[in-house]
Parts: sequence; structure tokens; C-alpha cells
Amino acid sequence: MARATSPRRKTLTTIAAWSVALIIFFPVLWMILTSFKTEASAVASPPELLGADWTLENYADVWSRSDYPRFFWNSVVISLGSTLLGLAIAIPAAWAMAFVPGRRTKDLLMWMLSTKMMPAVAVMIPLYLLFLQLGLIDTRIGLVLALMLMNLPIIVWMLYTYFKEIPGEILEAARMDGAGLIKEILYVLTPIALPGIASTLLLNVILAWNEAFWTIVLTTTKAAPLSAFIASFSAPQGLFYAKLSAASTMAIAPILILGWFSQKQLVRGLTFGAVK
Amino acid sequence: MSTQSSRLAARVMVAPSVVLLFIWMAVPLAMTLYYSFRLYRLLSPDRTGWVGFTNYLWFFNSPDFWLALWNTLALVGGVLVITVVLGILIALLIDQPVKGQGMLRILVIAPFFVMPPVAASIWENLFMHPQNGLFAAIARGFGAQPILFLEEYPLLSVIGIVSWEWLPFAALILLTSLQSLSSEQLEAAEMDGASALSRLRYIILPHMTRAITVVILIQTIFLLGIFGEIFTTTQGGPGSASTTLPYMIFKQAIAAKDIGRAAAGGIIAVILANIVAYFLMRGIGRHLDA
Repeated sequence: MARATSPRRKTLTTIAAWSVALIIFFPVLWMILTSFKTEASAVASPPELLGADWTLENYADVWSRSDYPRFFWNSVVISLGSTLLGLAIAIPAAWAMAFVPGRRTKDLLMWMLSTKMMPAVAVMIPLYLLFLQLGLIDTRIGLVLALMLMNLPIIVWMLYTYFKEIPGEILEAARMDGAGLIKEILYVLTPIALPGIASTLLLNVILAWNEAFWTIVLTTTKAAPLSAFIASFSAPQGLFYAKLSAASTMAIAPILILGWFSQKQLVRGLTFGAVK
Repeated sequence: MSTQSSRLAARVMVAPSVVLLFIWMAVPLAMTLYYSFRLYRLLSPDRTGWVGFTNYLWFFNSPDFWLALWNTLALVGGVLVITVVLGILIALLIDQPVKGQGMLRILVIAPFFVMPPVAASIWENLFMHPQNGLFAAIARGFGAQPILFLEEYPLLSVIGIVSWEWLPFAALILLTSLQSLSSEQLEAAEMDGASALSRLRYIILPHMTRAITVVILIQTIFLLGIFGEIFTTTQGGPGSASTTLPYMIFKQAIAAKDIGRAAAGGIIAVILANIVAYFLMRGIGRHLDA
């Protein structure tokens, strides 16, 4: 709803909007700035900004003292793996729900979403024991499975809302031309639904990347992703502000950049199709 | 095309998701239910047996439980109120014709991409720390005593941190909804002499109802299980001042090593989540299914 306004009002609202946005962003900015200061400068009082001692040493230090590339790679494998596996399972389900809805489809969707309401802590011990029995503790495949199941309801929901907007006539036309079910999904539905699938993928990669409960409970060292890395980092070194900030920045930077590039699709996907 | 066979195909395609989710939910839940009626302490593994509702009664008789229940609801409710109200205000502000709207969105969405342990540690160390935090420095600059956020206002501090994490989500979804509102309608109302406040009350807010319900539903799902932020900052303390139900269960399992009690707490948490879910789904189901 763009409306004509006076230039003076535009200046005022611009100033107000930018102030609010900067306040919201400030903690992230402050963390990034702190990560480039020396430890002494990071805790100086009053806080130093222009006169601070700038350095790259914190990054070098975190890099040399921890196995960042391994944590990073684990995060990539786990978040991407769980999302792709989730998509492979959810696409047929969402297709069926959107195009062959039964009487129970709505209840089924609600039930799926309600499984996400079960607090993770409540089932922590049994799941830990199950994973231990199955030899999945501290393995990437174990975390891929856990995070896939954790996000599956969200994936099904998002895909469902996208698929529902595709006119059924297109599919019927394909069927008339003799396309089988698999071909119909692969060559007709998937290309049309690609933007929806892409934003589902993005959101779930971000959710999996930032997941910090199961990743900590179910890993020790080998399969630990960045969220576990940062949890272990902040425990013993809580007072090293600059190094903690550098490690934190390294943990969130990949997803922050990915998120910024894709924020339009993300927000659209997050509304579950209920907000146009 | 025969409906019969396509229905069958549809069932086959839905089945993997349903079966997997059912196993993911039912097996741990059944195990939790089993343990909740058992004596099972990791520190005395030899003593086991059925104990009936003893584990449940321990919770109901513990004053900490009622505090934790209250804290859980206060955390969820507090964050919902803050993010929805501020989210509406921010959406209204950004929706105005301002310079650099794209950049504004990028700044506002940033907290959503920050993982909970990092968000909690930024706030705990860089801002709320009574010695080295920025808030303390500001307070000293005004000649005031630094506020002991995590010691004196632990629950409020956690609510603040979690609200910061979820504000972008609320603001951007509400903004999306606002941008689909036709400007003609608003201009017509303005010409008819409707004040800004009554335009908000009778046109803008009703238009956003659906977006607000989506925000509430999605956030509640995630907020009911809030754990990492408390673990990183207050550890549920001081005392039990910021212990929520999930955190109380965690303490029973990890600190007290009492699996039976933790399991009973888990079942109570699941029941609580179901009560909340029931009311939410009833109020919201029709909005979601477009």
C-alpha cells in the first residue's frame, strides 16, 4: 500500500524506520565489531569504537585452536542432508494431499504439525538410548535422520501450501497425454513447483543449521556441527569476549549470508501460504 | 482416470511421512510413559521397580513445578505479546514510503538467522554482563549502578532475548500481509474522515488477523520447547526463578540423574503441549487451510 506523502514526512519515517532496524540489528553488529578487537579493547570501559585496537588475531586463534572446517562440514552435511531427505519423503505426500485430498487430509496435516509441539526434552532420554542401541550417537547419519524427522512436518506443510496453488488442469492435461504418475511428478509438477520447493529447502536448511538441542545431545566430537562447536566454545572461554565473538561470527556467517540472499523467498515460505 | 486407483496411489505416497512421523513420536513417547512409572535412577541402578504415580506426585507436590509451569506460560505468552505488538508497529513503520526498504528488511531479519546459543551468549556476555556488558557501561556513563539482568530479572531477561530472536519473523510476516492491503480502501476511509487510529482498528488490524494467527501458531510451536537460551544464560536460576518445565525436566535427567522423574515430567509437558495445541488448532485451523 504505497501512498503519496509529503517529502518531510518521508524523511521522518525514513529516519524512524532506520533507527528501529539498526537497533534490532545492533547486537549482531556489535558481536562482529567485538570479534575484530583485542581482548583488552573488547572489555574496555567506556566501550571503544573508533579508537579500538583492531586485529584479526581472534579469527586466527579460533581457527588454529579448533577444528572449524570439520564442524562447518558437519553442519553442511547435516543441514543439507536432512533437508534433501525430508524433501524426498515429503514431496509425494504433499502432492497426494494437495491433489487427491481425502476427508482426513486436514486432520492429518494438523496431526503432523502437532508432533512438533512435543518438547524435545521430554523424549530426550528415550531417544538417546534408542540412538545408542542403533549405534547412531555421534554419527552424521543419525543427526540427518533426527533433524529430518524434526522438520518433516514443516516441509510437508510448506510444500502442501505451494502445491495447492497449482491448477489441477495442468496435471490432467499431462495425464491425458499419457504421462504416468512418476513422470507427472518429475516433469510436470516439479518444474512448476520449483520456487516453492526452493524456499522450503532454504528455510529448512536454516532451521537445521541453527538447531542446537539434538545436535548437542546426540553428538560428542566426530559429527558435531557448528551449533555444538559454539556451545562447547562458550563454556570454558566465556570471558574471552573477542574470541567468543569471532567464533560466534564464524558459526553464523554462512547462514546469515545465505539468508540475506534469499530473504524474499524465505518470508513468503514462512507464511505457510496463509498470508498473501 | 479412476478415482479408486488414484486414492490408493495417494495413500501410498502419504504413507512414508505418516509412518515415519508416527514412529518418531510414538516410540520415544511409549518409552517415556514406561519410565515414568518406574524407579530408575542412574546413581542407584540396582534399585528398580514399578512405583505407580510416585514420580508424577513428586512434581505436583513440588513448589518448583508450579513455578516452572507459570514460567513456561509466562515465557510463551510474554514473547508472543512482545513480538506481535512490536511486530505490528515495525511492519506499519517499514511499510511507509521510506528510503532503502530492501536494506531495512535485511537488517531486521538478521536475528532470525542467529542460532540460539550464539544469540544467548551475545546477550549474556556483550550486553547484560554486570561488569563488561554494554548495558553496564551505559549505566556507568549515567552514573548509575549497572542492572543485574540475569540475577535480578532472570525470566524477563530470557523473555527479552527470545523476543529479539523472534521479532524479525513476526515483523516480516506482518509486513507481507500489510503490503497486500489495497491503498484505495485506506484512502477512501481517510477521505471519509476516519482517523489514523480508527483506520488501524477497523481496516488494517482485521486485514492482518490471519497473519497474526500464523505468527502465534508457528511461534508457540517453537517457544514451548525453549531450552538453549536458558541453558546458556541463567541455567534456570537463580534458584528456580527462570526454570521452565522443559528445563526442570532437563535438571531431573542430567543433574539429579533421575530418569523416572524426568520421564514423568516429560509426560506432563506433552499433556500441556497438547492442551495448548488443541486450543491453537481450533482457533487457527480454518485460517491456515487457504
